[in-house]
Amino acid sequence: MSVQDKVIEIIAEQAVLEPGDVALDSTLEDLGIDSLGLVESIFAIEEEFDLSVPFNANDPSESDFDITNVQSIIKGIEKLISDQKG
Amino acid sequence: MYRVVITGAGSVNALGHDVPNTLEAMREGRCGIGALDFQDVERLSIQIGGQVRGFEAEGRYNRQQMSLYDRFTQFTLAAAKEAIEQSGLTFSGDEAAKSGVVLGTAGGGVSTWDANYRSVYEEGKNRVHPFVVPKLMNNAAASHVSMEHNLKGPSFTVSTACASSNHAMAQAFQMVRTGMAPAMITGGSESMLCFGGVKAWEGLRVMSKDACRPFSANRNGMVQGEGAGIFVFEEYEHARKRGADILCEVVGFAMSSDASDIVMPSKNGAARAMAGALADAKVNRDQVGYINAHGTGTAANDKTECAAVADVFGPHADKLMISSTKSMHGHLIGGTGAVELLACIMALRDGIIAPTIGYEEPDPECALDVVPNDAREAKVDVVLSNAFAFGGMNAVLALARV
Repeated sequence: MSVQDKVIEIIAEQAVLEPGDVALDSTLEDLGIDSLGLVESIFAIEEEFDLSVPFNANDPSESDFDITNVQSIIKGIEKLISDQKG
Repeated sequence: MYRVVITGAGSVNALGHDVPNTLEAMREGRCGIGALDFQDVERLSIQIGGQVRGFEAEGRYNRQQMSLYDRFTQFTLAAAKEAIEQSGLTFSGDEAAKSGVVLGTAGGGVSTWDANYRSVYEEGKNRVHPFVVPKLMNNAAASHVSMEHNLKGPSFTVSTACASSNHAMAQAFQMVRTGMAPAMITGGSESMLCFGGVKAWEGLRVMSKDACRPFSANRNGMVQGEGAGIFVFEEYEHARKRGADILCEVVGFAMSSDASDIVMPSKNGAARAMAGALADAKVNRDQVGYINAHGTGTAANDKTECAAVADVFGPHADKLMISSTKSMHGHLIGGTGAVELLACIMALRDGIIAPTIGYEEPDPECALDVVPNDAREAKVDVVLSNAFAFGGMNAVLALARV
């Protein structure tokens, strides 16, 4: 499974949706994922890819991790994989 | 209804091992937060906290006591001794039978859980010390205070996360106010600064890696502390008759529940608790000179708390002072309201307002007088102490100068 598919699967599970209903340009808000759901998703992503995601729930916009939409999250994860596993 | 006064105070926290040292540090705006020091700290992404340094249990407590006293109990007993000695009370006869201990803690003996899980899971041991349960139970500290000081009245422990000690003190206040007890020992303590304790908090991603900067635009989260704050709440005439030194009066309290979210605070719940405390104390909002804020340094708390203050106090919100001493001693979770009550007593008794240190950039969403960085001299008559817990449980106390 590609990184993209896996991240979408994790986000879909959090949103209680089918992976096919998660579009790349969906925002977490669109998907009904609140701040707790976001922290849980990031935890699941970290566990899945054995990564450390730089995300501070106090100020998501100031974190070094872009959560604008599903696409930006996937890009961020791909970059972290190449940085941390490179 | 009886009047209730505070006649003794004790504390152990990152700023000092007693009240005079704590207040001196608050006056000087000293920071007690630093690098954490315990086993496996290198495996944490959060490595700072308001850890109590140089508090040697050995020498204070004997071997038998040590096997029963978790660190949260050790802090409690030291603080209770200071508070009760200051009050001059000794408990015997009918007075002992009626006076009790109500304390707050969120986690109880967290480091005892941690150490014993480590030993059975990591080290593979199959046997633990026989006193693990009486050492870690949340009421252990209250029980040992009752045993040490012969307090035979109503005693129990309250656990409402970050509002535990305020809920405990509200309960003790009510007991003395209604005549149920001539005096109550109250406050709270917490000691979660061990690997498992901090690891659990890390997961929530609300912790700062560098500093606790409440109300500052560049704040980035809370920092944990540890310690205890213990007080003697006494019926006013009882205290006056024996010529006790009265530190201040407890004039009201209120509690509220947000009933909305398990972690996100609500402006309405906070506002109702503050307004309720003013109504209970029968004071007007413009009499309040200082609020000891919950002020955790998280994005969510600080702006919600400031908005709630603005709602409750209207134009007077711009005249009163509000500071968060968590910037200095960290967030003591279930013990935090108790240590913060010391700043309230200092404001009323000494006319010195403890600062919010680490304040670097104004935040338009926290546009109140947060007493940035330096303590201030000011005469205040009535103060509030806020505590807003995870789970949406709020408790606010109102105190007044006597």
